[in-house]
Amino acid sequence: MTRDIALGQYFPGKSPVHRLDPRVKLVLTIAFIVYIFVANNFWGLGFLALVTLGIMVVSSVPVKMYFKSMKGILFIVLFTSVLNLFYGSGKVLVQIGFMQITDDGIRNAIFIAVRIVCLILFSSILTFTTSPTELTDAMERLMSPLKVLHVKVHEISMMMTIALRFVPTLLEETDKIMAAQKARGADMESGGLMQRIKSLIPVLIPLFVSSFRRAYELAMAMECRCYHGGEGRTKMKVLHMEAMDYAVLVFGGAVLVVILLLNHFVPAVI
Amino acid sequence: MEFIKAENVRFSYDEPDEEQPDKPVHEVLKGIDLSIERGEFVALLGHNGSGKSTMAKMFNAMLTPTSGKVLVDGMDTADETHTFDIRRQVGMVQQNPDNQLVASIVEEDVAFGPENLGIAPAEIRRRVDEALKVVDMYEYRTHAPYKLSGGQKQRIAIAGILAMETACIVLDEPTAMLDPRGRAEVMDTIQKLNREKGITIILITHYMDEAVQAGRVIVMDSGTILTQGTPRDVFAQVELLKTHKLDVPQATELAFRLHSAGCGLPNCVLTIPECVDALELLLTKKGAAQ
Repeated sequence: MTRDIALGQYFPGKSPVHRLDPRVKLVLTIAFIVYIFVANNFWGLGFLALVTLGIMVVSSVPVKMYFKSMKGILFIVLFTSVLNLFYGSGKVLVQIGFMQITDDGIRNAIFIAVRIVCLILFSSILTFTTSPTELTDAMERLMSPLKVLHVKVHEISMMMTIALRFVPTLLEETDKIMAAQKARGADMESGGLMQRIKSLIPVLIPLFVSSFRRAYELAMAMECRCYHGGEGRTKMKVLHMEAMDYAVLVFGGAVLVVILLLNHFVPAVI
Repeated sequence: MEFIKAENVRFSYDEPDEEQPDKPVHEVLKGIDLSIERGEFVALLGHNGSGKSTMAKMFNAMLTPTSGKVLVDGMDTADETHTFDIRRQVGMVQQNPDNQLVASIVEEDVAFGPENLGIAPAEIRRRVDEALKVVDMYEYRTHAPYKLSGGQKQRIAIAGILAMETACIVLDEPTAMLDPRGRAEVMDTIQKLNREKGITIILITHYMDEAVQAGRVIVMDSGTILTQGTPRDVFAQVELLKTHKLDVPQATELAFRLHSAGCGLPNCVLTIPECVDALELLLTKKGAAQ
């Protein structure tokens, strides 16, 4: 049950997207999320959707995986677009009691849905093609100017590496504990919301206890392997920008120009 | 000169009670003396609570003796300025493979140790590839550890220590959580490291058939060393081990009982093939006699 969470799973590969510098990927993903909200008309959003699809194809990650990552947030997409459906002025098409669906509302709903889908797909590209270590490494490098302000950049990135490393382990453990408690007659499927939340307590407590034990053992293992913070530490994979990375950055800038131009010349939807 | 030397090591997890200074504290180690040479394969044997895991943590300064001394390559483990140097000499592999892997990609995890040592990237790459080849996990280098079997994960943990190129590896019950196949994989790897790379191995275990593979067996019982010597010498003392609730390998026990019953079998056999040979010899002799 908990096994099919696709969001945030790395897919090893050798595509051009995989080989990009993770810093470039990270910056561009953040930029793209901003672009998606900057674009205020269907032309701009359509252009971004096309770019996203293009990168998805180049990434050579099975399309199935992208669908899987969408499944989790389908509810949010539906919820926000339905909400938007009733929100808006313009020609009234359907009247349900005091609520009304207008042509504006429909346009908004579609627009928002496309926006969220693009958002998820684009961030999925990042997590599918970048190993968690690369990702945290990129963050560490991008945040390193903050060291001046005494932000513990290395520690933060180490914590993220470990957190990501333990997500599957803890999921597996949750499954095991749930099975163990069910075997003792714990009922987790029936009852109302409160009842179900309460029935999770016998799962959460053992999980908590074992997490502390794991943390202790891991800390010890790290010490055994001479971990002593970021000072004097080297990296096996040194990040360095290549022509391709610069080209992609320029491409990212060009996309922004296109979006801004389209915003300027095409009437806004939202 | 010996590589690791323990002199009258005593250790207790509890601090002495200030209000009742006379009340005895529970000692886990009660005056251990031992020395380990470079390139040795030593098995530290004992049942739960015998102090063997505590002793293991003494070897790389994870714990320091309450009294007494542990010297690693001449460095006192109690001196904190040496801790880093001791740990780059003595690596440690623990019981649960899941709780000692740091990174989400096999090769990045193996690189963790050398990265901490501040080694140049190209050299780390070389060491990681070599370590993964030694433990026979090279083709899995880009996999995620959680998708591997327990034996494979434990071999990666070993590779992680191997890549630090320590002179000695302490393994604290590395096979306790593995299935028989994983156990065999890990034991083969350990043997290979000792024989081919000359790495000093200290194997903490409670499996007798693993201890048999070592060059020297040290048996611990309630914080003291009960007996030590070659596996043959140690397991010949079946009676002594039994009185301390320690098992001997099945083949050894069978031969011992037959020997005691006056069947003319040698007193000490260690492995199953050896036992089969001895029985075969005995039976053909009897057949010839009739």
